[in-house]
Order: sequence, then structure tokens, then C-alpha cells
Amino acid sequence: MAANGAILIIGGRVIDPSQKIDREMDVLLDGGKIVALDKPGAIPTSKAERTIDAKGQWVLPGLIDVHVHLREPGLEYKETIESGTKAAVAGGFTSVACMANTQPVNDNPYVTAYIREKARSSAACRVFPIGAVSKGLKGEELAEIGGMVREGAVAISDDGMPVMNSYLMRKAMDYAKAFNVPIISHAEDWNLVGQGVVNESALSNELGLRGNPAAAEEIMVAREIALCRLTRSRVHIAHISTAVALEHLRRAKHDGLPVTAEASPHHLMLNEESVRGYDTNFKMAPPLRSQEDVEALRKAVAEGLVDLIATDHAPHGTVDKAVEFDQAANGIIGLQTAVPLTYELVASGAISPARWVEALTAGPARLIGVPYGTLLVGRDADVTVFDPRAKWTFMGSDILSKSQNSPFIGHPLHGKVMATIVGGRWAYGAS
Amino acid sequence: MSSIGNHLISAGQLSEKEIRSLFAAAKAFSGPASRGETVPLLQGKTVVNLFFEASTRTRSSFEVATRKLGGGLMAFATSSSSVAKGETLIDTAKNIVAMGPHCLVVRHSSAGSPEFLTRNVSIPVINAGDGFHEHPTQGLLDAYTIEEKLGSVSGKRVVIVGDIAHSRVARSNILVLRKLGARVAVCGPPTLLPPHPQALGVDFSYRLETLLPDADVVMALRIQLERQNRMQVPSVAEYSQYWGINRERAQLLKKGAIILHPGPVNRGVELDPEVADGPNSVILDQVFNGVLIRMAVLASVCNPEGLKAWLQTARS
Repeated sequence: MAANGAILIIGGRVIDPSQKIDREMDVLLDGGKIVALDKPGAIPTSKAERTIDAKGQWVLPGLIDVHVHLREPGLEYKETIESGTKAAVAGGFTSVACMANTQPVNDNPYVTAYIREKARSSAACRVFPIGAVSKGLKGEELAEIGGMVREGAVAISDDGMPVMNSYLMRKAMDYAKAFNVPIISHAEDWNLVGQGVVNESALSNELGLRGNPAAAEEIMVAREIALCRLTRSRVHIAHISTAVALEHLRRAKHDGLPVTAEASPHHLMLNEESVRGYDTNFKMAPPLRSQEDVEALRKAVAEGLVDLIATDHAPHGTVDKAVEFDQAANGIIGLQTAVPLTYELVASGAISPARWVEALTAGPARLIGVPYGTLLVGRDADVTVFDPRAKWTFMGSDILSKSQNSPFIGHPLHGKVMATIVGGRWAYGAS
Repeated sequence: MSSIGNHLISAGQLSEKEIRSLFAAAKAFSGPASRGETVPLLQGKTVVNLFFEASTRTRSSFEVATRKLGGGLMAFATSSSSVAKGETLIDTAKNIVAMGPHCLVVRHSSAGSPEFLTRNVSIPVINAGDGFHEHPTQGLLDAYTIEEKLGSVSGKRVVIVGDIAHSRVARSNILVLRKLGARVAVCGPPTLLPPHPQALGVDFSYRLETLLPDADVVMALRIQLERQNRMQVPSVAEYSQYWGINRERAQLLKKGAIILHPGPVNRGVELDPEVADGPNSVILDQVFNGVLIRMAVLASVCNPEGLKAWLQTARS
């Protein structure tokens, strides 16, 4: 007798770095849990109400993105928890962690609870709030970190607004230890960035755009590491992007410091040359860097120096983007393109399949301390089915986010998310 | 006559042949322009001066050039527009284009804005200065002036001194002058030189004295005196002491070397009054030539066929 709602996924290549699995296996989901993982044909189809043939496809733990901006509350014209998580599941993500720069800022337990409750009623996937480091993201006083963690915050960050005051950052790191949450740093020295809008280089000079030098990021990465050495608190560097910053990270990890880092798909796949033409969909912070930086970043992800991949999904409306380059908002949407874009690095052999999956599952799960990103029997049934053979072109009409600020519209992509299952429920894919 | 296309956004977009064509047209316009005669190549057409940043001489120069070609003018400055009320650049441009003009002359403080407009409006766009990026008509008129005074640009040593990093004039000049074969050097305090001067294909030095004896042309750029620049230059006095062209430094120049300045001049800072008004100075020739070059650009963009025909008649 088939269990009610049970799903059996057969014939797929299961890649689960949390258990060092990479082989053809069948997976049975029932009652919202993973109930069996066995060799092909070993689980009778009669156990499931529904059987999915995943021959030629990859069956992965549900993907986790620890860096998204869902814009709710307050900036619903850009994105809502509902629209952002629809984009997330279409992109293969079963969990996202959302940054605190909403309006009002998520710097107190009440906003954290609001996000949690709004997600409970409207989200298509799991949503984990990230609380602010400082009240109002102003970098002056500590936010109520304890209260936010109590209401569900999994990390602390002033993302987008670097904490310039080293004393405050040191105290935030010390304080966060009591609640066992990492501090996520948007590492840029704001004074050195100045009015810079693109990577400082011969190209910024040619284009007449103010440069934001790699040193602005490298100084801050070095500072966060110095403070980590001092406090031994967990520090995570968001969207690391320069070759020298990676060397700072290498030294810190060699010394055993609890530092981790993430790479964004755009810093992995684009270089500064893209800003020719002044298309504001190539404007981000940190800016797109040189090809040498891109190569170093790819290597760092491949070897695990950079722990994980995170999108920095940053929806903006046309009022924010269809303006003069130096007045445009930073960032792009990324949830629906992250997987096929970065799969390109797997297809080309630059990154191994297991390492790539780890960077999207176990890596981010470890950072935010959640029991997901694994197909361990008994855990919640979060699963992503990915077809590495599919070729398609990303179109504006594919976008589920409320905003269209993607530089990849019209871009040919390799590999496609076929199904996303959250807690045993079908969240995305042909049914 | 080779046409420069629909838009003039960057001096870098022009081939040497196109630059030569514009110079030939400018030269042909100099007779009628100095006699006060109209060359009716823009008759029935309207040129819009869309200036989002203060400008006196460039705006006036485009106005005079338009009038000398018989064209109509519409002037639009931010102080008298809806920009102050928060209208976007695209909306402003589209509203103006809906009135039916034939060409937009755009000045904007954000680099790339003219190029951004070419993707959003259907009429020609001429860049009259965008942020630190480019000021192509200034680059053209300076090169034209050098050629007029020295016979040729090719092989000449041109020294540009001042705030190179934040100068659209320097950038457009370097592009035009190098295409015409000049040997360009830039000079200024290290804080005001671009991060990678060698990528511009120019020589550079922090010491003006080392460059002046070999110079055929010295171009002094305006130094912005605003307060925020005090992190880049400690004081105006110190700037002029090291990088200003005073009488003493002017004496290092070869006989026949010329001095340019795009204006407005800070007397006693970039140039001492004796130098600005001295025999080497061609500053006022630059201003007149600016009108000729802008006539050439406007006619080439708005009426290339008419310009071609007029040049043939003028020659015979």
C-alpha cells in the first residue's frame, strides 16, 4: 500500500557531499522526511504514491542560498517573501537566508518575528532571517542580537553597509559568541570606496567612471580576519572577489581561524569588461573585477578555500536601475540563474561535481547551522533534481522575481533545475 | 566627406579619416563664420542643448554653431526643468524628443549618460561632456587648433598638465591626438593622475620641468578649487608652485611652442596672467575653432548629404 504523498525518485545520480555519496541511487521521501536511500531498484515502487524517473539527472540535497535580499518588509515594489521564494525554488533552492536591509531594518526581534511569520504564510521555501549587526545599519550601536536569534535569526550582518567602526565590529563579534551565530561581513572600506562605482583599473579610467579599488575590499577582509584572530568569533566574508583577499583568507584558515567565505555567481562568471556600455545590470558591490581575480576565485571555490556559493540576489526596480550609471543601485537578481551559471564551471572541469554541490548545500548549511543540505535518512525531505544535459536560454518571461535586473536575460545556459521538493512537498517542476 | 554616423559619444569612435573630414569641414566653415554668413545646413532643424551641468562656453559654442548653420535652438538646463522635481533622465529626454527636435547635445555629470540616451531615443546624440569620461568636441577643437598653428599634429610632443584623472578633456584629447600621431605626455600631482597612465598610451611625469623643454604644445587643465579636493591637493598655492605655468617655466619652452587651456582659466593657478595673455597662448583661437568644429559635427550628424554637397560647391 503506497503511503500517502510518498515520492520515489529512481535512476538518478545522487550527489550528497555530506555523506560522501556520488552514485546512482533511489531516494524515497515520505511524511516530509527522507526515509530511504538505496541502490537502484532496491526500493519497491509500491512504497510510493508517485515515482519520478530521474535517469540522466542529478538528485541533490535541496540547495541553500545564505545571501538573498527579499525586500520585505518595506520595499515590496522590488520583491516580497512570496515572489523571492518562488524564484528561489525555480532556481533549485529549498532554503534562503535573507539580509537585514529591509524597511524597517531587521535590527530587533519584532521585525525578525514578522519575517518569520510572513514566510510561514507565504513562502515557497524555508526562509531564515539574518539580523543586523548595528541598529539601523548605522554602524553606531549594537542591534538586539540576542532577541533576533531567539526569533529565528541565523546570522548577523549589516550587508551593504560595511561596519566601518572596528571597535563596534569587535564588540559585535564578541557579543555574537553568546548566541553562536556568525557575523557576515560585507567587506569594503567605505572611505576608500568613496564614490567608486566600478573596479579601479585602466578600464575605469577609460570609461570615466570612478574606481573602487580592490584594496578597499582587501583592507576590510584583513581587518575582519584580525578581529577574528582577536575574538575567535565566527566570521563569514560575503561575496569575496579579489585574488589578494583570497590570500588573506588562505592564511587565516591555515592558522585555524573560524573564517569562511562565499563567492557570488556573478563574480565567478563575469569580469569588469562587462561594464563597457554602461549597462547598470553589471553594477554591483563589490564591483566586477579583473579576469585574474575571476580565475583566482574559481580556483578558490574548487579547492574549498571559498566555502560556498551564494547569490546576493538583489532585486531592484527600473526606478533604481534605468538611470545614470553612477546613480544606479548596486546588485542583480540571481536565484534563478545561479545553478546553471555556476554549473558551467563543472561542465568545463574547473570544479568537481561533488565540490560544486557541497558549495550549494553542506557548506551553507554549516554556516547558518541548519539541519538541511543533506539527504541523510530521517532528515527533512529537501531535494533538488537537476538535469545537466539541458540547454536553454534565460528569458525575461522566465523571471519570477518582481524585479528584472539581470544581466543574463537572453544568455544561453547549461543545465536546468527540473524539480524542487521542500519538506516532501512539490515546490517547483512539472507535476 | 566621410560621415561620423548618428551619434558622437567618444573621440575614440572616430577614425583618422573621420577626424580629417571634420577638420576639412571646420576649415571650410571658417570663411563664412568669420564673415558672419549663415551656412544653411540646419535650416528647418532644431538642436536641443540638454545640459544637466553648468556650462557657459560649450553651451554657447553649440548655440552659435547651430545659428551659423541656420538651425533652431531649444535650450534646456536643469535649473529650469523638471529634473529638479525628480524626473528621470529617460523621461526628460523622451519628453523633449516628443517635441520633434533633430539632435540632442548632452552634458551630464554621470559618465555614460549620452551613450545610455542613444539606447533610449531615436535622434542623434552629441556628447558635450559626460562626467570624467569624454568631451569629444573639445578634443577635436584642440587638435584642430594645434594643426592650424603648427601645421601638423603628427610627431608633436603635447604635454597635458593638471587633473588628468578627473578630466574628460584630457581623455578626449589623448584619443584624438594619439590617432593623429602626437606624442602625448601627462603631468600633475600623483593624486590627480589616473591609476594606470601607461594604459592610455601616454608618457607621464610628476615634474613639469622635465617635460617642458621638449614640448611643442602645453595644455593646462582647469583645477577644481572645491573643498573636497583638499584630500588630493593640499592647497592651490602649492599646486601652482609645482604645476602652474609661470613666466619662469614658460621660458623653458621651445620658441614657437603654444599654450592651450580649455577654460575657464584660474589666473595665477594653472597659468600666470603673463602666460595666459602672452605670445604663446592660443586660448582665444581655441574658442573660435570650437564653433567651427561644432558646426562640422552638427552638420555631419544632422545633414551629412547636405554637408557633402556644400563642401563640393565651396571647393569649386
